[in-house]
Amino acid sequence: MNVLLDHLPEFREGFIGTILLTLASGALAMVLGIVIAGFRVSPVPPLRFFGAAWVTLFRNTPLTVLFLVAWFVVPVIFMPGLSPWTKALLALGFYTSAFVCEAIRSGINTVPLGQAEAARSIGMTFFQTLRLIVLPQATRTVIPPLSSIFIALTKNSAIAGAFSVTELFGVQKLLSDKGFDIAWIFLWVALGYLIITFTISGLFRLLERRLGVAR
Amino acid sequence: MTEVSVTKDAKPAADDLVVLKGVNKHFGALHVLQDIDMTIARGEVVVVIGPSGSGKSTLCRTINRLETVDSGTITIDGKPLPQEGKELAKLRADVGMVFQSFNLFAHKTVLENVMLGQTKVRRTAKAEAEAKARTLLDRVGVGSQADKYPAQLSGGQQQRVAIARALAMGPKVMLFDEPTSALDPEMINEVLEVMQQLARDGMTMVVVTHEMGFARSAANRVVFMADGRIVEEAVPDQFFSNPRSDRAKDFLSKILHH
Repeated sequence: MNVLLDHLPEFREGFIGTILLTLASGALAMVLGIVIAGFRVSPVPPLRFFGAAWVTLFRNTPLTVLFLVAWFVVPVIFMPGLSPWTKALLALGFYTSAFVCEAIRSGINTVPLGQAEAARSIGMTFFQTLRLIVLPQATRTVIPPLSSIFIALTKNSAIAGAFSVTELFGVQKLLSDKGFDIAWIFLWVALGYLIITFTISGLFRLLERRLGVAR
Repeated sequence: MTEVSVTKDAKPAADDLVVLKGVNKHFGALHVLQDIDMTIARGEVVVVIGPSGSGKSTLCRTINRLETVDSGTITIDGKPLPQEGKELAKLRADVGMVFQSFNLFAHKTVLENVMLGQTKVRRTAKAEAEAKARTLLDRVGVGSQADKYPAQLSGGQQQRVAIARALAMGPKVMLFDEPTSALDPEMINEVLEVMQQLARDGMTMVVVTHEMGFARSAANRVVFMADGRIVEEAVPDQFFSNPRSDRAKDFLSKILHH
């Protein structure tokens, strides 16, 4: 019990760290996911190939491996001098983008083909059709799977703790190293995650109710 | 619209708006379009009829390249259809299309449906686009429904909105792909009347339909298709009273006498 009250600053810092990392990598995953989903349904074969390769690569790689790549390969080959937080953001964002892409693609496929045909027949380009007609109508269908994806992302961000990024799960290591009762630490950490994931599913349920499209 | 018909009278043969030459298309093993040659003059109303599976819908959809063709050429107003991309999008804006299943944008109001192409494709100012949209909606008789969503309208109303949406682009030619086939019988006429009016105003139209009454009264020419070929072309009176081909005689006897 006292572990929480005595170390409130550490818990708070970890809690906020997890929220920030989840928000940032979630935003990155959304942007990338939408773009890659656009690639995957585009009429241009090289773009489709790139999209498929992206999804295959990031969906089938263990997240821990991506973290290791971000820590030890990316700085050497691409960009040296990235902070641990940025590296965690990249690993989580890229990994999750593959799942976001597939959720969005399944949503795109639920929009009747006639909608896109009508848009193209009044002279819209492929990207206008996607942005103005198809994606807005796909939104509602993709909300439930996206909710699951972001909850998974929240929990996946715990891996960053093992790579010395300040976040909720890392607090556990910090405090158990100091010899506190591990059961209580775990309980409070778990509760912290629960607060975040419940908030996410609540927000998404709200969104789902707001975004009905009548047919 | 009057200008158009004047031009047509001045030089009837030279003013070809849509020209299909040697068009072939396969769906897998099925040869849906076989050596189609067709010319549509400016201001002309061509009605395409034929049994189902004869390729008439596919023919209609190739004209704005919603279906690609395997061989042959299609030109619209002297320009051959380009490959998928910006050029094609630009050309499609000049070719109005009305679908069997209406395909109104489900997440937009009726007014937005008619404005969207103007503002996003033609880059017309909002106020101007709205004024034009309201005029067109009044013209097709659904002005009072402007703020509703498509799902709140009857089929006949939706199809009239779809016609207004296509007209808002100021198209050179309008394609109708079985516009009344998904409608309840009592709603067919309200759509046909709008199309009749368009025809009288001198719009160039290609209409795939099963409405023989419309073909008789509005068409300049009837094109009869069967098994992917154009079997017969004639003015409506001649086609309906005295079809030359056996295939057309057979088709007409099935639909006209019961």
